[in-house]
Amino acid sequence: MSGNPYQDDRGNKDATITNPSGRGEIEVSTGTGHGSHTAEAFLIGDSMTGGYGKSGPDILHDCTVAVNKGEIAVIVGPNGAGKSTAMKATFGMLNLRQGSVRLDGEDITGLTPQARVVKGMGFVPQTHNIFTSMSVQENLEMGAFIRTDNFKTTMEQVFDLFPILRDKRNQPAGELSGGQRQQVAVGRALMTQPKVLLLDEPTAGVSPIVMDELFDRIIEVARTGISILMVEQNARQALEIADKGYVLVQGANAHTGTGKGLLADEEVRKSFLGG
Amino acid sequence: MDFLNALVALTNFVIIPATAYGSQLALGALGVTLIYGILRFSNFAHGDTMAFGAMVTILVTWAFQKMGVSIAPLPTALLALPFGIAATAALVIGTDRAVYRFYREKKAAPVTLVIVSMGVMFVMNGLVRFIIGVDDQRFGDGARFIISARDFKEMTGLREGLAIKTSAGLTIITAVIVVAALFWFLNKTRTGKSMRAYSDNEDLALLSGINPERVVMVTWLIVAALATIAGTLYGLDKSFKPFTYFQLLLPIFASAIVGGLGNPLGAIAGGFLIAYSEVAVTYAWKKVLTYSLPESFAPEGLAQLLSTDYKHAVSFVILIIVLLFKPTGLFKGKSV
Amino acid sequence: MTMRGALYFALVALALLGTGLFSSWTVALTILNMGLISAIMSLGVNLQWGYAGLFNVGVAGFVALGGLGAVLMSMSPVGEAWSAGGGRLVLALVIALGTLVGAIALWKRLSRYRVPALVVLLLVGFFAYRAVFDPAVEAIEAVDPSVTGYLGGLGLPVLFGWPFGALLAAGAAWIVGKTALGLRSDYLAIATLGIAEIVVAVLKNEDWLARGVKNVYGVPRPVPYEIDLQNSTRFVEWMQNWGFDPVVGSAVVVKLCYSALFLVVLLALIWMAEMALRSPWGRLMRAIRDNEEAAEAMGKDVTRRHLQIFVLGSAVCGLAGAMMVTLDGQLTPGAYQPLRFTFLIWVMVIVGGSGNNWGAVLGGILIWFFWVQVEPMGQWLMQAITAGMAEDSDLRSHLLDSAAHMRLLTMGLVLLIVLRFSPRGLIPEK
Repeated sequence: MSGNPYQDDRGNKDATITNPSGRGEIEVSTGTGHGSHTAEAFLIGDSMTGGYGKSGPDILHDCTVAVNKGEIAVIVGPNGAGKSTAMKATFGMLNLRQGSVRLDGEDITGLTPQARVVKGMGFVPQTHNIFTSMSVQENLEMGAFIRTDNFKTTMEQVFDLFPILRDKRNQPAGELSGGQRQQVAVGRALMTQPKVLLLDEPTAGVSPIVMDELFDRIIEVARTGISILMVEQNARQALEIADKGYVLVQGANAHTGTGKGLLADEEVRKSFLGG
Repeated sequence: MDFLNALVALTNFVIIPATAYGSQLALGALGVTLIYGILRFSNFAHGDTMAFGAMVTILVTWAFQKMGVSIAPLPTALLALPFGIAATAALVIGTDRAVYRFYREKKAAPVTLVIVSMGVMFVMNGLVRFIIGVDDQRFGDGARFIISARDFKEMTGLREGLAIKTSAGLTIITAVIVVAALFWFLNKTRTGKSMRAYSDNEDLALLSGINPERVVMVTWLIVAALATIAGTLYGLDKSFKPFTYFQLLLPIFASAIVGGLGNPLGAIAGGFLIAYSEVAVTYAWKKVLTYSLPESFAPEGLAQLLSTDYKHAVSFVILIIVLLFKPTGLFKGKSV
Repeated sequence: MTMRGALYFALVALALLGTGLFSSWTVALTILNMGLISAIMSLGVNLQWGYAGLFNVGVAGFVALGGLGAVLMSMSPVGEAWSAGGGRLVLALVIALGTLVGAIALWKRLSRYRVPALVVLLLVGFFAYRAVFDPAVEAIEAVDPSVTGYLGGLGLPVLFGWPFGALLAAGAAWIVGKTALGLRSDYLAIATLGIAEIVVAVLKNEDWLARGVKNVYGVPRPVPYEIDLQNSTRFVEWMQNWGFDPVVGSAVVVKLCYSALFLVVLLALIWMAEMALRSPWGRLMRAIRDNEEAAEAMGKDVTRRHLQIFVLGSAVCGLAGAMMVTLDGQLTPGAYQPLRFTFLIWVMVIVGGSGNNWGAVLGGILIWFFWVQVEPMGQWLMQAITAGMAEDSDLRSHLLDSAAHMRLLTMGLVLLIVLRFSPRGLIPEK
């Protein structure tokens, strides 16, 4: 029995009365009182401590991640290190007990994820990151939902970045291959013209060739001036393209440095990159 | 053998009534399927929402009739329909604010919402009975027929007459217009697309800046309109009795499920499938068969497969057959 | 049961006592008896919903089947009807059953041409069945239609009808459950909604079975008749010794006999349900409910368990239906409205506390008490509201007439309020 009596469905899975697909799981949880001063990073999650829910145990312990303008920052670490959690915390999906999140110098710790989207953050979840029943073009249109201006040019830019999507623009996104779906997912997030893009394991479940291509595209995106904060399982490849890398262990910063620097670091290599 | 007369009899007794009934079911099922797709539960109060909408329309119709306002030969109820829709919209949105929203905020399990909708069903049912009573109400006026059987016989010289009731014709035309408008809205407009997006993936819709509360409100508005139109047309075509609306719940659910829950196209297909089979199985085929078969083969009895009392059994059996062989419904629905 | 639970039960008892003292004891006992039956119905639904999360919205159908069971066991057979068409009717039913069994076998055996073969078999079977069935029914229904016009029952004591009613409901539940449970997800809700509708339609229309809407009257009783008591000098003397009016006394005694009988059944069911809940079987049921995947991964056959509990719960509902027909002394198919016999039972379970047997019982009696008493309360309320209006005002008479519908409104509000502020019910599951 869960703590929330309204969520107790007694194991019922009767599809004629309830519709389990597409249900929301995001728990909006934001806010601390504490702020602190650090670098001039474009986006920074600063000394974050917290966990899911109001009373959940802390998953992050004084963890800091940041990305500079137009750069790629990568969060790596072993399973269960809180990589995704750290990124979600910068997006307002975690209850922070301490620390703050700032975007372009502005404190956004108290904002909901939706409000952060308006402020210029784009987020690509690891799974369920496209509207499967809608066409590719409609997916991109939904990405631009908050924009009131004409987004035709942005859509053209996305199509230029991912040419395959232009060919498949009228096809339901759910019928695409894994790599193409990820392109739709990133494309959707780019439609808001974000200043910073958060990617949660964009290469999970795709073949090595597709992975290389996706990384190339991500570099291209970064060149247009968009900052990218990314969580990656494929630590070695990710660090190779990263300007900055964070190695997290048990919710805390273990190593921080440039991508190249971390790759060269003997200890990081031994413990996380398999030699 | 007389194929022409057989065809006329078939059209008169099977095709037209079944098409009208199918349109009413389809409109009802669309409402159910929209709620299922977007609020993610089966709304047990839908039949009573239809009854409420029809009731308000009837009350306004009576007021118009008293004032002498009329749009003859069309029924006055058509003029009263917008008022019915407005009142029903106010009721369901009020209900959402007072009841359902709380559970959304708590992220309640969908089955909790199903039970909540039972409570709403009781309240609405009581409300309708309280206001208009439990008796049959007639409110149709204007011309009764588009073509009467006698006119048709005179026109064509056939033995068999073809009568098209105004209410049947009106039902079919209205249903076509409403369905076309709904599909245009869902597929072409920004708000409609945002509803589909929300139905597809709530979290991602949120991350795209779609306001869930707005999607829900628009959904209730559309559902109120669909329910009122379906309820009024059903009342015009047959008669208004609160209890029959409650009983419509089964064929409406069956339509939505047969078509594939959450799929608007499926709701329409399901509505017609259920309606045609109900009418076909419970119709006494004697007349049509007598016309179309050689004399020696003409049936002695009524040639009725099942008595009309079992019409709900038909929808149920169709439902079971479809689910056994195609668990997602005819059109791909959500899960099942 | 906790202190809180005991307190609620005490309050319900107090309400019934109050009704007895201030209104009349027959009214109080009538409410109690039907309350006990409602409690059994909600026990059945709680078994399905509380233990396994199965959503049964066809309670009315299973209750009606139970009632049919009581009639079929207890009414005396109509020999004339049997000789008029009984044999042919049985033959027709055998043909129908044979066709269905044949169809299933055909479907499983054949791989080619199975659709056309199936259609041909079903069509032939159907027409053969109708050819035998229709004249038989006509002959049976022609036998003294104002009194019988049906085959009658077995003429056994009505108490035999109770398990038989349960059995009928269980059989129907097995068929429904077998088809509707255990695809990738269930579609039990819509299936039960449909089967209930069909059961009630059959009861209403198949006059040869139980007289249809003409109702079956005079179902034998397991307890003495009031008139016999009043004619017994011993009983009259006994009553007078205690200072009671023998007429009122006989009614009260009869009702008390029923109460005792129902109470025994209810307590036995609670005991069994509680024992089952604590047994390995009950633990497994809860394990499945709380984490189906895990239970499945451990090799537990979830679908079979669900089917089991669905059949059991429906049987309990059927039992209650048989008891109700016994109490009423008649079977009235027109009365099995889903609002009254399905959704009201759900209100009882939810208000009482899903997953808690004592809660279901409390909900059953409490909600039934309100269901009965809201009407006079509504009447009184309307009198108060309309007191200031003119005697001949339309609104006044409309309001007074509508007071009867207050109970639906009230039940809805009670359900909504409990769901919101006490979602686990009055006596929550531990």
